[in-house]
Amino acid sequence: MIQAENLGKWYGPRKAIDGLTFSAAKGEIVGFLGPNGAGKTTTMRILTGYMPPNEGSARVAGFDVVDQSLEVRKRVGYLPETVPLYPEMSVQEYLDFMASLRHVPDADAHVDEAIERMHLEDRADSFIGNLSKGLRQRVGLAQALLHQPEVLILDEPTLGLDPAQVVEVREMIREIGHDHTVMLSTHILSEAQQVCNRVLIINKGKIVAEDTPEHLQARLAGAERLTVRVAGQPEGVENLLKKIRGVNLVSPRGKGEFEVETAPGVEARPEIARALVDDGQDLLEMHVQGMSLEAIFLELTHSDVASKAKPA
Amino acid sequence: MRNMWTIAAREFRHYFVSPIAYAVAAAIFLILGLLFYANLGSSLLNQTPPDPNSSLSPLATLLLFGMPAITMRLISDEQRSGTIELLLTAPVRDWEMVVGKWLGAMGFGVIILAVTWFYPILLNMITSPGIDQGPLVSAYLGMLLMLSAMVAIGVMASALFANAIAAYFTSLGILLVLWIMGLAAQVSSGGLTTLFNYLDFSAHFFNTGYAGVIDTRDLAYYLSLTALALFLGTRFVEARRWK
Repeated sequence: MIQAENLGKWYGPRKAIDGLTFSAAKGEIVGFLGPNGAGKTTTMRILTGYMPPNEGSARVAGFDVVDQSLEVRKRVGYLPETVPLYPEMSVQEYLDFMASLRHVPDADAHVDEAIERMHLEDRADSFIGNLSKGLRQRVGLAQALLHQPEVLILDEPTLGLDPAQVVEVREMIREIGHDHTVMLSTHILSEAQQVCNRVLIINKGKIVAEDTPEHLQARLAGAERLTVRVAGQPEGVENLLKKIRGVNLVSPRGKGEFEVETAPGVEARPEIARALVDDGQDLLEMHVQGMSLEAIFLELTHSDVASKAKPA
Repeated sequence: MRNMWTIAAREFRHYFVSPIAYAVAAAIFLILGLLFYANLGSSLLNQTPPDPNSSLSPLATLLLFGMPAITMRLISDEQRSGTIELLLTAPVRDWEMVVGKWLGAMGFGVIILAVTWFYPILLNMITSPGIDQGPLVSAYLGMLLMLSAMVAIGVMASALFANAIAAYFTSLGILLVLWIMGLAAQVSSGGLTTLFNYLDFSAHFFNTGYAGVIDTRDLAYYLSLTALALFLGTRFVEARRWK
C-alpha cells in the first residue's frame, strides 16, 4: 500500500529527510516515531502529495506520489498536525464540503456515517470555531475517513487530547486499521506500543530502527532486569543475590523488593530461586522487566553508535 | 470542473458571514448613496438634467480600493490557518482551486454591482422621459470586465502571502500602478505611449464602456489580464509545494 524508496527532502541547506526507505502493507498500522524535527511531518506530506520529494520516489495505493498525485490523493485520507478546519463552518457543512471535493458517491450517507463514527451527532450543527480541541481532532478524523480511503495518514492524531479522548482515538485507529492501511506519527512511545503493528524509529531524517514493538524491545534489551520480591524484611538477601553468577547489580527497592540486573545472555533465574529458597526466604515474585520502548528510543536517538544498529 | 464550483460555492457563501465583505459593501453603498443625493440636489438647484453616470465613475474607484479587501484572504487565509494542506492533498488541481476562488469572489462582486444598479433605476423612475439605458448597459458590462481583472489580480496576490494585509496592498499596488499608466503615456512618445496607453487599466473602461462603446480590444485587455493573473496565481500555489 505504501512504498517509499530512498526519499530525500531539502529545506534550503538543511536535509529534512535523508534516504528513507520503508513500506506498509494492507491492513497494517505503522507508527512513525521520532523526536520533534525528525522528519515525520515532511515524510507524511510527501506521501499525501502535498509536496514532492527532492530525491527518491514513493508509491501509495499503487500510484506514484509525484506523477500520479491526483490518483494518490483520491485514495488517501490525511489528518495534518494542525487540523485543517474552517472555523466559520458547521461540522455538517465542513464535511459536506469535503465530501463534495472528494467526489464521494452517496455523500449524505457517508457524511452521516463519519459523524456517527466519530460520535459527533450532537455537534453536527455547531460551528467548528466553538468546538474544543478534542472535538476538532475528531472532526479532522471524520474528514480523513469520509471517503473510506485505502490509506490513512495521521500526523500526531492524539496531540492535545485529554486522556479519555486519547484512549478513544487510539481505539478508533485500531478499529480503522482492520480494513485500512494506517500510518501515524507520534512521539508518545506507549501510543506506538499500544496501537501499531510495526514501528519505524526516525531521527534526523533517517530510519534508525524498524520492527514490531515487541521485537524492538527484545532486540535492543542488552542487559536484563529482574524484579525479585521476598516476604518480610529480609536481611542479607542483597548479599546473597550478589554472589550468584551472572548477577551484575542488585538494588533494594524496599518492602522486600529488589531490582537485579544480569549480564546479557545469562539465565540467572533458576539459580536465584534456588538460592533464596535454600536460604529459607519466602520467594513471592520474580519477573523480567522488558526494556521499555522509551529506553530504546532514547538510546537510538541520542547515541551515534546506536544509529549504526540499523535492522538487517 | 466540479471541484472548481465546490470551491467557488464555499467562498461565495463565506462572504455572507464575513465582516470584511459587509464592511466593504456597506461603504460602497453609503458613498454611492451620498453622491447620488448630491447629484440630484445639484441638478435641482441648477435646473439641469441629472447625470446618469454620476454613480458609475465613483463606483469604479470604490471597486479599485474595495475589491482587494474582498479578495485578500482567499488563499492567504488558507496558508495562515493550514487549511491549504487540506486543499492541496484533496484530489483538486491547483488551477481548479485558484479559478474556484476567483469565481466565488466574482459572485460577490457581481452582487455589489447588481445592487448599485438601483441608483440608475431610481433615476429613470424620477426623471422624464427617463435615462438612456444603452450606455448604462455598456458601462456595466465594462465594469464587469474590470471587476474580473481586479479579482484575478487579488487572487494572485493572495496566493503570494500568508498575510491578508500584505495581499491587500500588493493587489492594490498593482491595480494603482496600472490605473495611472495613462500619466506615463502623456509624457512619453512613440511606441512607449502606445504601450502605456494599452496598459492603462482605467482608460479601457472610461474611454469605451463608460462612454457607451463596446470595444473588443477592451474585452481582450481585461480578459487576458484575468487569465494572466490566474495563471500566475496557480504557479504561485504550485511553487508553495516546492518550498
